[in-house]
Amino acid sequence: MAVALYRIDDRLIHGQVVISWGQFLGVRLVILVDDGVMEAQWEQDLYRTAMPPGMDVIFAGTEDACSKLPAWEADPRRAVVLTGDVPTMAELARHNPTLVKEVNLGGIHHRPGRTKRLPYLYLTEDELSQLQSLQKSGVRVVAQDVPSAGRKDLKALA
Amino acid sequence: MSSGVRGVIVCHAGLAASLVEAVNQISGLGDVLVPVSNEGCDRDLLRDRIAEALGPDPAVVFVDLPTGSCMMAALRELKGAHDASIVTGVNLPMLLEFVFHRDGTPDEAAGRARAAGTEAIRVS
Repeated sequence: MAVALYRIDDRLIHGQVVISWGQFLGVRLVILVDDGVMEAQWEQDLYRTAMPPGMDVIFAGTEDACSKLPAWEADPRRAVVLTGDVPTMAELARHNPTLVKEVNLGGIHHRPGRTKRLPYLYLTEDELSQLQSLQKSGVRVVAQDVPSAGRKDLKALA
Repeated sequence: MSSGVRGVIVCHAGLAASLVEAVNQISGLGDVLVPVSNEGCDRDLLRDRIAEALGPDPAVVFVDLPTGSCMMAALRELKGAHDASIVTGVNLPMLLEFVFHRDGTPDEAAGRARAAGTEAIRVS
């Protein structure tokens, strides 16, 4: 399996992803699924500059990613699939139920309407409901910002 | 704050504030630097914090990691019309050089800071 981590992180590509998880999992490819970034070439250029040597990045919109996920899973490089929000990851999982077996909640920060669940995790009731639906469909949903931190199951965060 | 290029430090956790405290302890000029933490921020909120710290003046932005959220947020903010330069790998020697020599353009001040920060790294 090429995709070692399916992660939701509203900071997108940053140190925890490319350094902490990157080293821990031996990641060689980051697949950023974000419709906004997909439309902003300048932002893609910025993220490319942030990639460490030996690590590639692919940008994709949600619809495109849903269809390409099987091919990415077959890529020999160990990969992280990264989304900036819950709905995008839920869509990926809905279209690829046999591939997305676990979702990592890595960082969803405070905004109006969200409630604090962990120092790095704030969720609206709707986001929580979407994650609970994912869990009911058989996807394990776990909060863990960095590899050395404890894993917290979604049930403990409701 | 005295005149010259503004200095903004953007780092993970409490590092920026600690660097400012250390600069102030050594030089008494900590007030020319504005610390920004990424603590609790998504990328939009961090960008807002950087914009507020920058203000309208020419500036040098010091960030910790070349691949981190602080760097990305600074790059996103400076994509606009700001007259500013970014220096990665911030350390105390480069900040001390900067607070004493903030004349000229942001590029010039950033170049001097980078040289001082690099020169200070030695293995004995």
